[in-house]
Amino acid sequence: MTNSDITWRIAGGSGDGIVSTSENFAKAVMRSGLNIFTHRHYPSRIRGGHTYAELRAGPGELKSRGDGYNFLLALGDSFGRNQKIDSAYYGNERIKPLTENLDELHKGGVIVYDTGIIDIEDVPDFSERADKNNWHVYPIDLRAMAKKEGRDIMRNTAGVGATAALLEMDLAPIEALMKAAMKGPIFEQNLSILRNTHSLVNDTFEFTHDIRFPTGAHTEPQALISGSHAIAYGALDEGCRFISGYPMTPWTAAFTIMCGILPDVGGISEQVEDEIAAAAMAIGASHAGVKAMSGSAGGGFSLMSEPLGLAEMVEEPIVLLEAQRAGPATGMPTKTEQADLNHVLYTSQGDSTRVVLAPGDPEEAYEQTRLAFQIAYGYNLPVIVIYDQKLGGELRNIPVSFFDRDPNPSMPGTISEADLPNAPHHPSGKYHRYRYDAPDGVSLRSIPGQKHGRFHASGNEHTQEGHISEDPINRVLQVDRRMGKLVAIRTYLDSQDISNNTKYGPISSPYGILTWGSNKGTVEEAIDRLNSSSETPIAKALSVSDICPFPTQEITSFLESVSKILVVEMNATGQFQGLVKRELGAYGDQLYGLLKYNGNPFEPAEIVAGFEEKILGEN
Amino acid sequence: MNTTFSAIGENRIVDANEFTPAIEPQPTWCAGCGDFGVLTALKKAVAEVGRSPEEVLLVTGVGCSSKISSYFECYGFHSLHGRALPIARAAKLANPDLLVIAAGGDGDGYGIGGNHFMHTARENHDMVYIVFNNEVFGLTKGQASPTSLKGHVSKEQPLGSAKDPIRPLSMGLAAGASYIARTAAVNLSQAKDILVEAIQHEGFAHIDFLTQCPTWNKDAKQYIPYIDVQKSEEYDFDPRNRVQAAQMMYETETALADGKILTGRYFIDDRPSYQQEKISRGSMPKDPLAYRYTDENYSWERSIDYVRKRHT
Repeated sequence: MTNSDITWRIAGGSGDGIVSTSENFAKAVMRSGLNIFTHRHYPSRIRGGHTYAELRAGPGELKSRGDGYNFLLALGDSFGRNQKIDSAYYGNERIKPLTENLDELHKGGVIVYDTGIIDIEDVPDFSERADKNNWHVYPIDLRAMAKKEGRDIMRNTAGVGATAALLEMDLAPIEALMKAAMKGPIFEQNLSILRNTHSLVNDTFEFTHDIRFPTGAHTEPQALISGSHAIAYGALDEGCRFISGYPMTPWTAAFTIMCGILPDVGGISEQVEDEIAAAAMAIGASHAGVKAMSGSAGGGFSLMSEPLGLAEMVEEPIVLLEAQRAGPATGMPTKTEQADLNHVLYTSQGDSTRVVLAPGDPEEAYEQTRLAFQIAYGYNLPVIVIYDQKLGGELRNIPVSFFDRDPNPSMPGTISEADLPNAPHHPSGKYHRYRYDAPDGVSLRSIPGQKHGRFHASGNEHTQEGHISEDPINRVLQVDRRMGKLVAIRTYLDSQDISNNTKYGPISSPYGILTWGSNKGTVEEAIDRLNSSSETPIAKALSVSDICPFPTQEITSFLESVSKILVVEMNATGQFQGLVKRELGAYGDQLYGLLKYNGNPFEPAEIVAGFEEKILGEN
Repeated sequence: MNTTFSAIGENRIVDANEFTPAIEPQPTWCAGCGDFGVLTALKKAVAEVGRSPEEVLLVTGVGCSSKISSYFECYGFHSLHGRALPIARAAKLANPDLLVIAAGGDGDGYGIGGNHFMHTARENHDMVYIVFNNEVFGLTKGQASPTSLKGHVSKEQPLGSAKDPIRPLSMGLAAGASYIARTAAVNLSQAKDILVEAIQHEGFAHIDFLTQCPTWNKDAKQYIPYIDVQKSEEYDFDPRNRVQAAQMMYETETALADGKILTGRYFIDDRPSYQQEKISRGSMPKDPLAYRYTDENYSWERSIDYVRKRHT
């Protein structure tokens, strides 16, 4: 038994059940008392192709996927379970789950591979590399173990049985989850495969490795949550009961979760013809009095540019999700990136009035999605929650009690029918939906069907009752009022006790790391490592979620408190660094960008290395 | 009657003049424009079915005809070019008690918004869709529209358009509209009757409304004389028979190119509306979702129940 983290990687082909196996295994490990952080890597391919899931588990707090891994369960790529189509393989795909990123396996690490699919002779210099790195290799015919009791595909269960044996894990939590997830003969077969492989490994091998399963205990019940789930649950608790969308990775995850829940709670979900319709429908539903959302990945968000501008002009509250993936165009659909920052800030014509929030972890994803609805339905404008494949797909454990909160279906930006008769109207009887003198610029909206509430909504510039007008005085009054809402929102956010932007590390640190969105945890882990290697504090971090309206005060005071700043983001052009310079008009010579855009998220060691090179290296 | 949306379901006698806004009583359309006819017919039709201004949501696109939302007193929504339908149908899903009407031009509905037209018809949303078909782009000054005849000359098509016009009625039928009619702005009585039927029809009612453009389509027509295919003895078909309807539509569309104006009801189908389908599947609440937000007694569902069930 040990207290060290373990990072277990299960690798195979698309269609080999990597995701479901790893998720169930993660839940079992969480139930055993450990903290969890998962990472998924998968190709945009239907069958075959290298895919893996990593599970980092340990008794202490885990903020990132960590660096590399120390246990590899290589199933080999069965190419969608069809062993007969040799021609379906491209190159060395059959062994890729073993060979790909093999050198990231820690020294002293463990390898279990399926001899039923992988011929170790095909792996270049395998035994030399294993010797050099002190890898402990356990070849097992997982395929045969699976076939004996069930079917080929159950190789993953055999692999979990082998893992449990080698790490000296208790089988009970794994079996309990299998029982909940499977039925009848499928469960019986998998149970036998799990137990048989567990026994076989114990009976066959002399264990030479040091790695064992760590022990831990939770002080309260935990839930295994992805960023996509956290977003959906935040929306649910704010009374969102309408979603419209079009499938696109990685936004599909949140869309799917909402589509699964909404019928259950008397809501409406709509999969529609394109993303223009998706965002337009959220506008229509919201206009009729329902809390509504839509979303997409960057590509679909391009189509939403038009309705987004309409929502700003008619002041319709909607929440849009933007789940980033590597672009441009189709880019790399299943790979993560943060290159849509400029896209969400600047798309659509005219001076914009939108709010953009970028949560950094599942807790923030939940809270900031709630905040997104509160701002949208409080100030009558569109709010965008921008995240990415990394945050959307990573699973982490959160105390169940975190979600024990009151729902909030209220819409403070909407006038009640009772208040309408005494509200300002045009002499013709039309309601002043867009009144010049509204406090904070927030002119309350009425809802079709309300008496004395009729008005005209228009994408054209309009008068107080909404009729089309090109009068210059009216124009300036309306633009100023709409823009004023952003000032009011900034003031509101600044007045909150807890900022959406997270400071981390010793206040007296001479250097800083500035980042945004999903890099938060990885940056914080890097900060811990940098400071633990020194007697005096070296670095602190600010992880920014308020993208627009820009948190000028908070970022300025952070930049003022350090001499050099590393700006960490997953894109090639330093979009957030550019935003900081544009908004502040200063500090440019103190900012050093650390960029990654190969499709994979940062590991903490990369940030430490980048900091040492770019910040410390020039001293 | 809902106490927080009390304009809905009043069931009172409504006068057509209630739909004339005091703020912009006079449209800015050109003298002789067919759009005036649509506006008049619509006021009469909505009054006839007894719906009052504040229970009507009129969603339009962009173009000359889409300005009708300014000239028809109700909850109006002048949206984006081609995007009236998704906005309108979502509003109807959110509150099926509203009378939802979408309107726009032929470029708006059959061109830039063609995908939305196809899918809204297919889904059979319970609403009326009025397409002002003047066979030309008006607001942008005379370019060929999806319904312009081959050979239409404009500054953008100086040698004449090389494209055949689309067939709007046939397109509505193929897409899945459950009520399809063509009327003409010069035929006010028929137009009003068809609008009343379309409003009362439960499903997607597509009206191709011929609206003459005296400014940009001078060679075209006043759409006179028109023939009502139901009244004329020359034509005998059953609008409830899809094959006969398709044949009649084809003939009507072809005839228009030859200057012969055929109008009337072309297709009537009683298949359930999208709302009915969704409610029967449990994927839409029976009571309008919009009312829940003003119901102080509603007990809102909480995410923690899902977290406990699915994530622990």
